[in-house]
Amino acid sequence: MLQILKARLHQGYRTFPFPEKQPPMAPRYVGRPKILPGSCKGDCAACADICPTGALSRGAGNRPVIDLGRCIFCRACETACAEKLISFTQEFSMAANSKETLVIADEKFRQAEAMGNELRRLFGRSLKLRQVSAGGCNACEADTNVLGTPNFDLARFGIQFVASPRHADGLLITGPVSQNMKLALQKTYEALPSPSIVIAVGACAISGGLFKGNSEVNDGAAGIVPVDLFVPGCPPHPWTILEGILRFMGRL
Amino acid sequence: MKNTLLLKNGSSAKLENIPVIEAEGFRQHLNVQIQKGGRLSALFLVPGDPQSGLFAIVSHDRTSEIEVFSCSCGRKFNALTPIMPQAHWFEREIAEIHGIEMIGHPWLKPIRFQPKAGQNVEIIPGVTSYFEVKGDEVHEVGVGPVHAGIIEPGHFRFQCHGEKVFHLEIELGYQHRGIERAIPASQPQKIIRLMEAVAGDTSIGHTTAYAMNIEALAGLKPSQNAAIIRSVALELERMANHTGDLGALAGDVGFLPTAAYCGRIRGDILNTTGMICGNRFGRGLIRTGGVGHEIDADLKKAILDKLLLIEADLRSAISLVWDTPSVVSRFEETGLVSREDAVAAGLVGPAARACGVAVDTRLSHTFAAYDRIRPELALGRQGDVNGRATVRWLEIQDSLRIIRTLLNEMSCEKAGCSAKKAELAPDSLAVSLTEGWRGEICHAAITDSKGNLKSYKIVDPSFHNWFGLALALRNQEISDFPLCNKSFNLSYCGHDL
Repeated sequence: MLQILKARLHQGYRTFPFPEKQPPMAPRYVGRPKILPGSCKGDCAACADICPTGALSRGAGNRPVIDLGRCIFCRACETACAEKLISFTQEFSMAANSKETLVIADEKFRQAEAMGNELRRLFGRSLKLRQVSAGGCNACEADTNVLGTPNFDLARFGIQFVASPRHADGLLITGPVSQNMKLALQKTYEALPSPSIVIAVGACAISGGLFKGNSEVNDGAAGIVPVDLFVPGCPPHPWTILEGILRFMGRL
Repeated sequence: MKNTLLLKNGSSAKLENIPVIEAEGFRQHLNVQIQKGGRLSALFLVPGDPQSGLFAIVSHDRTSEIEVFSCSCGRKFNALTPIMPQAHWFEREIAEIHGIEMIGHPWLKPIRFQPKAGQNVEIIPGVTSYFEVKGDEVHEVGVGPVHAGIIEPGHFRFQCHGEKVFHLEIELGYQHRGIERAIPASQPQKIIRLMEAVAGDTSIGHTTAYAMNIEALAGLKPSQNAAIIRSVALELERMANHTGDLGALAGDVGFLPTAAYCGRIRGDILNTTGMICGNRFGRGLIRTGGVGHEIDADLKKAILDKLLLIEADLRSAISLVWDTPSVVSRFEETGLVSREDAVAAGLVGPAARACGVAVDTRLSHTFAAYDRIRPELALGRQGDVNGRATVRWLEIQDSLRIIRTLLNEMSCEKAGCSAKKAELAPDSLAVSLTEGWRGEICHAAITDSKGNLKSYKIVDPSFHNWFGLALALRNQEISDFPLCNKSFNLSYCGHDL
């Protein structure tokens, strides 16, 4: 017993005061990208050629656009661009309400908006989520799971991951939705009491990510169930996930 | 032609130099090697018409050699499993993907519920025949694919008598994403990213194995500092996962202090990897030919300082486990796997070492920077939950020693990455072994006549170890399943690929 008390004193209070304070990110952390002013030279497609997931393309005005729903934040495009038009920032906030919003063409980004008033009345202070991993590699899962640890302590916001869809207000889906998880995902979704919400976490769940186009997967969750919030990353940083959910609950 | 081709870890050979033995001779030769203490690291088929090539990769730990041989295989093959239980999962895999009839195999159930190569038919996962136990008061419990927590999917079916489990059957495949099939058709910049996602919690282990194969085929040699950074990252990966699992084990027996502390400390270790490459799971760190990020003097000091804090927190959190008799009594004698079963089933990693089986690829088939520092072999007294927990705690402490020693040995030169454009040797096979935190990872790459990847085989340690979990549940209380499961903590996607 004394040992336990001693350990408790040693470990101390470790919950980070988010959202009052912005969490410090590692200096090499790769956050939300932006496209700087300027235009591509000639028919250069270096960024699109090097991108492992097809997230880069040439948009209006001969400028690159980057689809955060596909991006795995490897920075290869940033290095490849001779005109230095692509720049990854340290900004970890990047959840969005639609896939279209995730396509970035300049320095702006439209943050996710809160769910509607009626849903907010129901879920704004208490949100129970069921997690379904559908072909996820366990990185998105791990960085979702970690939200339950004292550092993040998502329970203080009234958010909890529950053991049955019957107890849940919504789903948090990871993975490209493998063919072999399609049925289980559909059944889990149908078992939610209505109204319900769906959150897709990670490049795979948004677009299929690295597995997009494989016949073994369904290129993300949105083709199977309606998705209300998209959280990009490979995997998203835990703060990105938490910030996205809080924004969606209307708590930020 | 000689019957043997012996390779060192992370080296390659021309396909024409790989012995091709006729089927019965192949069985006999493989059996002799396994009897002599060899381990079947991989057994896979490269399809061809009319004959396919069946390749065996046998690791000889005492001599640090990897033996490769093959046989040409038609539509039928006399199964190895009856004489060599550790082949059973491999043969099920080959039968499922390629439709080879494995004559004499006890039960060729699908392991992934994937269509046969080249076919595109809808398969309902999990629908197959199962073991059945009949009798009064015998009942069946099915769990999954979707589990109660934030975990990957899989289906577990228990045959129980009251609370006692007679048998646990594990059906996987829900995570199948077609990785092996996608590799030959993908660009190198995508393949290395696929490797990072084979099992997201083992990014460094798998990516290192892939990089070693490409380096062997392209004649590249990473710098000494790159080798050191690879080992440092691999040990951080080991520490993070072992720490998380020790916390989860404590949580599963209701001992919340260690559960809460370890969950957070695991994050601190992941953040240390994040200090090196920006990503908590080491994405982008390992590159063919070297590493993608440098550790300079300032970062080295920052890592070493952080490790001091982490070590103090870890010692405070984890010593509580073995200071608390009620926790130890729940760990001891729970989920017991005998040494004999572990050897026969071909278990690897901490699951095998807990049973007293001395397998550690870092020691037997040295790679990265493990020639500069010898890891301590961590063995358990018996293969129960306590054994597996003990091995993990010993390994965490040894990882700290390895990381510190290696960081202090780094020169001030850049680690760098020697690969510009890697031309791969044509018609060759390369094989690599690494020791991920779950155990041995085996990758085998085969190139075609133009030097393109023709076939790529990945064996995650979970492929060997899932059956070990089934063995651990024999005669256990069903309520101990979460505890047993967490003590192995195997990968679903690493298995399903």
